[in-house]
Amino acid sequence: MSQPNRIQGNNASAQSRVDASKPITFSFNNKPYTGYSGDTIASALLANDVDVVGRSFKYGRPRGIIAAGAEEPNAILQLGKTEATQIPNIRATQQLIYEGLECHSTNGWPSTERDVMGVVGKLFGRFMPPGFYYKTFMAPSKLWMTYEKMIRKGAGLGRSPKAVDPDTYETINQHADVLVVGGGPAGITAALNAARTGARVILADEQNEFGGNLLSQTDLLDGAPAQDWIDNSIDELATADNVTLLINATVNGYHDHNFLTIHERCTDQSFDLAPEGEIRQRMHRVRAKQVILATGAHERPLVFGNNDIPGCMLASAVSTYINRYNVVPGKKLLLMTSNDNAYNTAFDWHNSGRLVRAIIDTRPAAGKAVVKKATDAGIEIIYSSAIVQAQGNTCISNAMVAPLNETGEKLSGSVKQYDCDTIATSSGWNPAVHLSCHTGGRPTWREDIQGFVPDNFNKNMIATGAGNGLYPLAEILQDAASAGAFAANACGFNATKTSYAKAEVEDVAPSMPIFHIPHFKPTSRAPKQFVDFQLDVTAAGIELAVQEGFESIEHVKRYTALGFGTDQGKLSNINGMAIAAKKLGKTIPETGTTVFRPNYTPVTFGAISGRNVNEFFDIERYSALHTWHVENGAEFEDVGQWKRPWYFPKGEESMHEAVNRECLATRNGVGIIDASTLGKIDIQGPDAREFLNRVYTNAWSKLPVGRCRYGLMCGEDGMVFDDGVTSCISDNHFIMTTTSGGAAHVFNWLEIWHQTEWPELEVYFNSVTDQWATLSISGPKARLLLGELTDIDLNPDTFKFMDLREGVVAGVPARVFRISFTGEQSYEINVQANYALAVWEKLFEHGAKYDITPYGTETMHVLRAEKGFIIVGQDTDGSMTPYDLDMGWAVSPAKEFSFLGKRSLAREDTVKENRKQLVGLKTTDAKTVAPEGSQIVLDPNQKIPMTMVGHVTSSYYSAVLERSIAMAVIKGGLDKMGDKVYMPQADGTTIEAEICSPVFYDPKGERQNVK
Amino acid sequence: MFLIYCPYCEEERAEEEFHASGEAHIVRPTDPESLSDEAWGDYVFFRKNPRGNHHELWQHTTGCRKFFYMTRDTATYEIKEIYKVGEQPNVATAPAVPNKYDQFSSAQAVKK
Repeated sequence: MSQPNRIQGNNASAQSRVDASKPITFSFNNKPYTGYSGDTIASALLANDVDVVGRSFKYGRPRGIIAAGAEEPNAILQLGKTEATQIPNIRATQQLIYEGLECHSTNGWPSTERDVMGVVGKLFGRFMPPGFYYKTFMAPSKLWMTYEKMIRKGAGLGRSPKAVDPDTYETINQHADVLVVGGGPAGITAALNAARTGARVILADEQNEFGGNLLSQTDLLDGAPAQDWIDNSIDELATADNVTLLINATVNGYHDHNFLTIHERCTDQSFDLAPEGEIRQRMHRVRAKQVILATGAHERPLVFGNNDIPGCMLASAVSTYINRYNVVPGKKLLLMTSNDNAYNTAFDWHNSGRLVRAIIDTRPAAGKAVVKKATDAGIEIIYSSAIVQAQGNTCISNAMVAPLNETGEKLSGSVKQYDCDTIATSSGWNPAVHLSCHTGGRPTWREDIQGFVPDNFNKNMIATGAGNGLYPLAEILQDAASAGAFAANACGFNATKTSYAKAEVEDVAPSMPIFHIPHFKPTSRAPKQFVDFQLDVTAAGIELAVQEGFESIEHVKRYTALGFGTDQGKLSNINGMAIAAKKLGKTIPETGTTVFRPNYTPVTFGAISGRNVNEFFDIERYSALHTWHVENGAEFEDVGQWKRPWYFPKGEESMHEAVNRECLATRNGVGIIDASTLGKIDIQGPDAREFLNRVYTNAWSKLPVGRCRYGLMCGEDGMVFDDGVTSCISDNHFIMTTTSGGAAHVFNWLEIWHQTEWPELEVYFNSVTDQWATLSISGPKARLLLGELTDIDLNPDTFKFMDLREGVVAGVPARVFRISFTGEQSYEINVQANYALAVWEKLFEHGAKYDITPYGTETMHVLRAEKGFIIVGQDTDGSMTPYDLDMGWAVSPAKEFSFLGKRSLAREDTVKENRKQLVGLKTTDAKTVAPEGSQIVLDPNQKIPMTMVGHVTSSYYSAVLERSIAMAVIKGGLDKMGDKVYMPQADGTTIEAEICSPVFYDPKGERQNVK
Repeated sequence: MFLIYCPYCEEERAEEEFHASGEAHIVRPTDPESLSDEAWGDYVFFRKNPRGNHHELWQHTTGCRKFFYMTRDTATYEIKEIYKVGEQPNVATAPAVPNKYDQFSSAQAVKK
């Protein structure tokens, strides 16, 4: 397949990095193309003379490739051969082609050549001013979702894959003395000078090879082609033990305290799917003592009429395609520049054997060196002029050029037409300050270079080279060498001299500060002059925003969406600011600064999550009995990080049927639950008792050895945050239990008070949740069962409710607590976790004749609700005091020490009437289970919005009571016993219920005493 | 992500090993019952939110589990000093920045 724009024969670039002996076939928008090994998608498409790569966001205008690097706003592609390997937002300028690569335009649904948005854009484009979305689509708000879907699809922001990503990603922690960001002339020089001191150096570059801008330019270093210097330098770095070299690795985020992330694309440049055993992408998490930003600069395009017609490109990008890729993107070039540097593009074009129509210089004169070269090459230079407007449809046919006045603000003569198919422009360079902003730096404006440079916000960061506004190559190399040595010395190394390559020094004439080329019509009437190509923001749009009263650049940006695309306005921000500043009659620095956030270029979710996917997404905690639960068909529920059995269905049982069966078995025989996840904190020390007095609402001074007590914990605000039973093992040894989900928080709570407020108390805490397994048997047959397996005297007159005994159970040392969360006679058997399964199995062996039934958290919830026992976090929400829960019995105001939260229980707001209080609810229709969260009203016939007085916190069907039961918090509920309340539902029905005591079953507690 | 020096482990470790526990040096009143609702409310609910140096309480949660203090600049995130419980800071906090809600807490102003 022919590549009409590939430079052939003697005109070919000597430094080209593509290998013409290795052709590669790929497809773009389902059409096959051929490029060469080393080509990016962009260079290969340009070689094949593809002009249109997408459609614009708002107006649907055809768009072509503008740039050759990360700043590309238009050639944003959807990559991937299969559904599972789709990646959106790939810049064609940064993705190499490989055999079989498939990519599509993201902008341009349903087709790039002719599409719906193109028509819509033409018809309605002029009705889509800045702020259009705010103005049009936000009302009625209901429809926003509909509009948004259409806009997104039409605008083509790419899509995520619908299938599971088959690739593996990983994360690696790195430590460096010096991290050098950017492997161009500055970065390589800095890395060499730092590495030679022995410092640990990481050099990372986003491209597929080192060299940066040297790959695009024809400079000589030390009198030889720059590639020689690159090769020698990289060889030296690669063989040094203290250096890590990373290519295809973008430093995408700069975080606090010199923590940076590097997004390395390991196989993306070669494969659609990583080969077996290989990592697709790797996220390096680097902590560096010193960071050197050698990030280079992005060229700024000039803003003029129809500057988005395919064929309008950055001057430096044109040079890159010619020198690095051996591709000349057109036949006739018209170059517009405000500086000497861009003249090189005309020379490169000329040397490729194609026609340079003219150089349009906005200045009255240019530097002698470039003028001489142009004259020698026979290239016409037109001074004090500008391209006012490009003409053409899907490619440029000609351009209108007019003379400029001295300031560049007005046209001063008549228009002349130039036929051309490529327009390259340059208004100077913007240092890539992005990373310096991520932790709070605010770039500062330098008038002399008309650009922002990084500030000194971060003392451990040095910017050098073009990234710091330094452009002559000789100066870049010298400065970067000093930066490398300085950074190493800041890490404690001893660099005494620097070394760097010598580059030629050329006389350069000053550039002209010009951003926006005037038109002979006012901006608002002129053809569109694009500033932000990705989001279709025009000069007229920015001027309109200013006219509508937006003065801060931050507001202008949000109103117009300037810089809000996936390119973060790398090309557009400064031009946009300049246009806004001019309209406001201010200078650019007066208008504000430009700030960037992570990530520098888009990062895949795969790279961010690394190996933390599927079963590794979060920690999963299992009890010692987990395998038994799995083998016995448990359905699991997540409780914090714990996997707890939810219920144990038999055969085809539904959850409801299983829970009813488990409840009845426990009430009538014996049930068993694995309660190992309950938090357990071992508390020891002579002051343990006093400590408990301070953190619990009730009194602990008189709890005898061998007894257990239920306690409530309040924050200093007086609100309940955890509950549990604490038992006295000996006078200075207690074991505290907490809720399964609250264990870590309670442990922390004890520590913070001990360490920061009461260090004088001699008390020690240790989490023993994982060390002890808790097997809880419950039901009228519980004592019979346990009696067969233990040497502990279970006589209920001596081993009473809320007693603790130590002994042997099933041959294993155990602590047995007679505490109950079901209201039945219960024994919580605590054994060392690695014995748990043996004891559990013994209990089943002996329990078979009592029909021992394992139950899960759902049955536990029903059984406790039948007894009105609360679950902190379900029946409480951080706004409930013990009194709100009608648990004043668990509060001992008489204690000597003012326990945590006590004073708050007397606050005006805490003692006020009509607080929400916990009550029981019985639905009028016994079979109706009100949904948890149902809002409660007193009058179902009132007007909407109704006055809501509370909500349902727990609601179940009770098998033993053969009716529904619920707990709820209701304003003043404790004084409303017997009142009717109503729960209007989303489907329009209303559930009626009566307020009652939350103790539905065995209110006198007699079942504890069953003989 | 911060790099934090634990004064007990005597090592710099990554922020993910630590937990921030808010403003430091909030002393629990010795006799809460003698305080007015306002004074008690100040202790329970009101915290400084300075722009600049701030004394904070941190815990080395996945390390030694000890609490310690940090003076940190809330604008630059620079850690100015680390000191143990029982010690006093050398770096003063930034003056409180009046915020626009102050007019609604006149009771506060009267008391102070």
